[in-house]
Amino acid sequence: MNRFAEIAFAAALSLGAIFSLPSAEAHEIKAGNLVISHPWSRQSPMAANVAAGFMTITNAGSEEDRLLKVESPISVVVQLHDMKMEGDVMKMAEVPGGIVIPAGATVELKPRSLHVMFMELKEAPEEGRVFPATLTFEKAGRVEVEFEVLAPNAHMN
Amino acid sequence: MKILRILAWAMVAAVIGLVGLSWLGFNPLKERAAAIADIGGPFTLASTRGGSLESKTLAGRPFAIFFGFTHCPEVCPTTLYDMSSMVEKLGDEAKDFRVFFVTVDPERDTVDTLKDYVSNFDPRIEGLVPTPEQLPKLASDFRIYYAKVPTSDGSYTMDHTALVFLMDRDGRFAGTIAFEEAAEMREAKLRKLLAGG
Repeated sequence: MNRFAEIAFAAALSLGAIFSLPSAEAHEIKAGNLVISHPWSRQSPMAANVAAGFMTITNAGSEEDRLLKVESPISVVVQLHDMKMEGDVMKMAEVPGGIVIPAGATVELKPRSLHVMFMELKEAPEEGRVFPATLTFEKAGRVEVEFEVLAPNAHMN
Repeated sequence: MKILRILAWAMVAAVIGLVGLSWLGFNPLKERAAAIADIGGPFTLASTRGGSLESKTLAGRPFAIFFGFTHCPEVCPTTLYDMSSMVEKLGDEAKDFRVFFVTVDPERDTVDTLKDYVSNFDPRIEGLVPTPEQLPKLASDFRIYYAKVPTSDGSYTMDHTALVFLMDRDGRFAGTIAFEEAAEMREAKLRKLLAGG
């Protein structure tokens, strides 16, 4: 992050304006060999205190990369989780060691599957706004993204 | 397409197996029907509408009951939003219908937290909070699974059964709705329950 961005970010934070309106530009971010498409979240029910984040990550390189962590001013804790259904039981688990993005592959973080879990929300994501986050990859390094907040029942399948 | 073929043969084998077993005097489907018929049981739980709710006061009206927790990113809000739009769609037909969201995380979900949470949904959805002592019995009555899963920040998330249980006007188990079952199927099941069928 350059100095200006850092100051702007700090100023935005101090104003409590974590959320902003989505910009018109295409929601695709390139970082080294990676392309991150459309990070999105959903408005959480009031009092939920958690929100999930989704995106598609494509690795055009010849070596695997790994999403190690995500940070965001909207929540105290951010983890990488995987959800799956085992029969009628919903199982949720943290992904140990981060999410692997194999060489030449596309990994989807999506509902009912891998997702970013924002926990202990400082501010609940509001439909129609965006919030910033920093993704850290093993090789591609730190990438600044914005999550677009969709309707509470959005699926985006 | 090979998988489809294998699946088809597996189904054929299962049918032959069932027919064979019933011919021999066993009826696994009937055994299962007997076992699931006693899903549920009387309960008295703290309610987001104030005081406590006694299941016996529900006599004469069908209800649905779903177990989850508020720190749930996916299954619980999706199920409750779906249920909200379904009862809204059914309108008058569902006017006496009750939907209960029972927390399996009473440590974090107080009545007040749950009250704010259910206010996101149709007013027919009511939150119930068992005490940590009441929860195991309730879970065993409804045959649901729940378990804490620790997370690296020292906190936890939860695994839990994601079925909506449908109970008829006599308080008897009438079926389930699975997570993300097709909307038409969900609606048909609710209509059948409300019609008393």
